[in-house]
Amino acid sequence: MTVTIDTDRSTPDLTDVREVEQFLYREARLADEHDYDAWEALWTDDALYWVPVDGGNYDPMQHVSAIYDNRRRINTRLEQLRTGKRYAQSPPSHLRRIVGNVEILGTEEKDSGAIDTVVGANFVLYESKPRGKEIWAGRYTYRLRVVEGEIRLVGKTVVLVDNAEAIPTLGFLI
Amino acid sequence: MTLAAPLETSPVPDRAPRVDYDTLIQPERIHGSLYTNPDVFADELERIWYRTWVFVGHASEVPQPNDYVRKKLGLQDVIMTRDKNGEIHLLLNRCAHRANLVCDAASGNSSSFRCPYHGWTYRNNGELLGYPYHKGYGGKGKVELAMGKVPRVAVYQGFVFGSFAEEGPTLAEHLGDAAGEIDRLARLSPEGEVELTAGWLRHKTRANWKLLAENETDGYHPQFVHGSIFSVTGSHIGELYSDAATSVTRALGNGHSENDLRPEFRRMNEPMKWFGTTEDRVPNYVAAMRAKHGEAAEQILIEGAPHVMIFPNLFIAEIQVFNIQPISERECVQYSTAVQLEGAPELNTRMVSQSIGSVGPAGMLLADDTEMYERNQVGVGMREPKWVDIRRGVQRESIDKRGHTVGAANDETAMRAFWRNYKSLMAPENTEGTQP
Repeated sequence: MTVTIDTDRSTPDLTDVREVEQFLYREARLADEHDYDAWEALWTDDALYWVPVDGGNYDPMQHVSAIYDNRRRINTRLEQLRTGKRYAQSPPSHLRRIVGNVEILGTEEKDSGAIDTVVGANFVLYESKPRGKEIWAGRYTYRLRVVEGEIRLVGKTVVLVDNAEAIPTLGFLI
Repeated sequence: MTLAAPLETSPVPDRAPRVDYDTLIQPERIHGSLYTNPDVFADELERIWYRTWVFVGHASEVPQPNDYVRKKLGLQDVIMTRDKNGEIHLLLNRCAHRANLVCDAASGNSSSFRCPYHGWTYRNNGELLGYPYHKGYGGKGKVELAMGKVPRVAVYQGFVFGSFAEEGPTLAEHLGDAAGEIDRLARLSPEGEVELTAGWLRHKTRANWKLLAENETDGYHPQFVHGSIFSVTGSHIGELYSDAATSVTRALGNGHSENDLRPEFRRMNEPMKWFGTTEDRVPNYVAAMRAKHGEAAEQILIEGAPHVMIFPNLFIAEIQVFNIQPISERECVQYSTAVQLEGAPELNTRMVSQSIGSVGPAGMLLADDTEMYERNQVGVGMREPKWVDIRRGVQRESIDKRGHTVGAANDETAMRAFWRNYKSLMAPENTEGTQP
């Protein structure tokens, strides 16, 4: 029996937590630094960026969420930010987040046949704005897929610790 | 080195001097301190939030007997319950014994509540059912206590309002012609029923609640504050409020106001244009409306939904409903949800999706409004100029057939009306029953 080994390690391996983490850290850095073009390029066409409220145990077509963006609406959100007149982020918040407790939780098969790797992590995010500071924290659940030799972001669900409370304006990429 | 002289002590007045609302509220300008002074906020709680009719929630949030949901009314933690007979109550979430929190769940279904501190139990209409170890009170049924209640509760088209005043204008009198705008919303349902069942976004806002109430029917700001999203999405909403627009701002009495966009939609004369779509995209809905209303359906489908601010805290923005509740003179919470129309599933999922895009903490409209509120809150604290100017359009107002003041689409007619009503509630000659 022979085993195919990716000897030059050019194909990402979504079972390798170190590789997964490197992707998550890059995604976090791009969001922290408002690098909208590079952040947008991470997403697949069947993207879903979701920030639920009330724990998220509901049908998002019938219940409001803070964010429930498909790929098109992700683009709209970023286009608005790129105008420089998205006043909630003009001037932009200063941001740094720590992503930790990274776990590979399993895989999911899409109707399209694509296999996505589900990854969980916790985060703490420090936001500084002229009128004050905010600490955001919560649980990230990512769906990752290798497309043409690169890790891409299919889904990102952000369950805030404060998801059942009133939260301040969330104008940046969380 | 000398010993320090004894500190001069001046007598502390029992109470801060009364706020002179007559001077601070003028027809065309408002003093900034009305947004920053804690004494004003204390007065507002007593004279507005705990007196007039305040929007609390919607009957569809407690559809079944014994359903309940926690709400806010001013600073009060309120349980909105539906009893076994279907009647809605607003209970203050406080045990009559030692003031503990009776209900700690956000919502649920129960015919009674049990205080966790000493086990006192209450019916969901507030009546005391019992207390443990009753011999300490000389037996069962010996304690004449109950949960506090909002004394007057009234429901209009499912919108639940509470008033802490035992007596006063009825809800119908308070709403006046603004009731017709709620009716217009309900009429968009093929069943004639609005539901608020899509849950609430909660947006913490570091601004005085009045800045929000004033902005809701301000037609002057959309093209500026929302220019970014209008340009990205190709939205024509801004044009409805332009200098060329035939839309009007109307004061509806009792501090209520609307941006009446119907003249523009009548001019466009396209069913569902108000919803940013065309009738072929929502065929079942349009068919149901025509079946229900016959020829009248065309007008309803062309004119669309209201944009109305009902004093002090209910804002219906076409397909969204807002409930504004204060925290302090410098903070409030905006609760927002998507309108759901009974018998209109095609519209309902779209309204949820559009609302998520527009409102709440990350909304592509409301986050920018909220940024403006919070910047305004900083501004009203500055020393000069001391006044907020609300004169826009005063020279071109008219009175319509119903006797309401009407201004152009982007005039400050609504703000002036808000403040006239505010002053009538806050002015000293109107404060019978409060301490001198």
